[in-house]
Amino acid sequence: MASYDTIIIGAGMSGLAAGIRLAMFDQKVCILERHKVPGGLNSYYERLDRKLDVGLHAMTNFARRGERGRPLTKLLKQLRIPYEKLELSQQHFSRIVFPENQLSFSNDPQLLVVEIGKTFSHQKDNFAKLLDIVKDFDDVNLNNQYQSAKEKVREIIPDENLLEMIFCPLLIYGSAWENDMDFSQFVIMFKSIYLEGFSRPKNGVRAIINLLIEKYLQLGGELRLGAGIKKIDIENGVVRSVILDNGEIIQSNKVMSSIGLPETMNIVSEKQECPAAGAMSFTETILFFDKKPCDAGIQETIVFYNNNEKYDYKRPQTLCDFRSAVICFPNNFNYDDQNEGVIRVTYIANFEKWNELDRKTYLLRKKEVSKESLSLITKLFPEFKAKLLYCDVFTPRTIMRYTGHIKGAVYGSTQKVRDGRTAIKNLFICGTDQGFLGIVGAMLSGISMANLHCLMKETRHEV
Amino acid sequence: MDAQTIRQKIIDIIADIAVDEDLSNLDDNIKLRDQLDLDSMDFLDVVMELKKRYKIEVPTEDYPKLATLKSCIEYLGPKLP
Repeated sequence: MASYDTIIIGAGMSGLAAGIRLAMFDQKVCILERHKVPGGLNSYYERLDRKLDVGLHAMTNFARRGERGRPLTKLLKQLRIPYEKLELSQQHFSRIVFPENQLSFSNDPQLLVVEIGKTFSHQKDNFAKLLDIVKDFDDVNLNNQYQSAKEKVREIIPDENLLEMIFCPLLIYGSAWENDMDFSQFVIMFKSIYLEGFSRPKNGVRAIINLLIEKYLQLGGELRLGAGIKKIDIENGVVRSVILDNGEIIQSNKVMSSIGLPETMNIVSEKQECPAAGAMSFTETILFFDKKPCDAGIQETIVFYNNNEKYDYKRPQTLCDFRSAVICFPNNFNYDDQNEGVIRVTYIANFEKWNELDRKTYLLRKKEVSKESLSLITKLFPEFKAKLLYCDVFTPRTIMRYTGHIKGAVYGSTQKVRDGRTAIKNLFICGTDQGFLGIVGAMLSGISMANLHCLMKETRHEV
Repeated sequence: MDAQTIRQKIIDIIADIAVDEDLSNLDDNIKLRDQLDLDSMDFLDVVMELKKRYKIEVPTEDYPKLATLKSCIEYLGPKLP
């Protein structure tokens, strides 16, 4: 029977990063991934020779080479990957579009300060106060308790319109909660989007995944694709082994699971309390055109659009909520490696509604979402006159199938386990449900959980 | 082992951890943390590399002895074969 120091469940960003750390310090480690393609929530696929990315539109947490104390530089050091290898290309700028007002922001935080000064001049000082609080807050402390971000930020910024506009990108890029988030989460997201900003690795998300896999294998780690886990076998509160779908049993001293907290608790053999899955899921339309948006003068990298009085970040009662959207222009980073024009449109969606459709209606509704996406692009950017070459839509159902997240909940459960511990002694959680989000957050989650639970104890050093 | 060799061994470890840093002008008397972007997570890596490469165990209470290159050389000298 095969036996390991640590088994990692899931070859997404967090699992791969954890694997690199463990293999680096000579642990016998194996990553088990259900799918044939690694990446988890941030993965990719190909259709008709076109490369499609799923997951985040951009990498958050941009940092320049050698910039000190940034999450990105921290994680590159921990993984011992040189900065240049990512070949990051910065965003032009992004825009939050609400019925009454618009705000632009870029990787230079000063732009947002100036924009708020212009549009919400009476809130200028309050925003400066918020910036100070965010900068001083210890957001990655593993002992932080839940606190409503909306309540806390409202005390500083009483203007509801500005409050909603600030929250909009942060909620849709990382909140498992409806219309709110945990304040620590808010600070992490605020820094990663407004203070550090967006960039894109050359060739998209697959470039990062390939980089991580190459490093992991080089260090002697084992990776098994197409190896789904049926059960985690527990005896007296301790993991004994994992059992694969094909019946194979693998022993391990420790198990690090990146598949989500409820998803993990669902497959342990001794009944455990199972937290509820999150409610937030999405559809995304990926459209390919014969022209690039910049040919029509469109320079935005990402547009956060809301046409409702309030920004309603909530599971809709219909298939999709078309009142708000995120529109991403992957061509509009400083370096464009794509041959065609690409636009991605994300809508908040309801998993149950999508899941109950029969195949024929499902395909029909997908088509309607792509039509809706196209007409939104035309409405917001009438100057963009291009021929649609190809279009694909993924739905909450697709997300569940490929990520295994219950109800296609992209940002996982609303219950996060920041220290990664579970009721089972040698079973730990990393990734989405540990609570550091985004591509950079996910990798940092894998690193810090591997350090804390699998490396520090081994050398008997306390934190 | 002479001080120069020990110094080089420590720099080799740091070079592997901080791949993007320039290590050519390090001052032996100034704290490494003040010269380089190294945090507590990275110092843990230095400790783990010492164990991995030279089987040297550094207990938590001795961490301050790794603060500068000079103190590293003094501390590790007797432990290196």
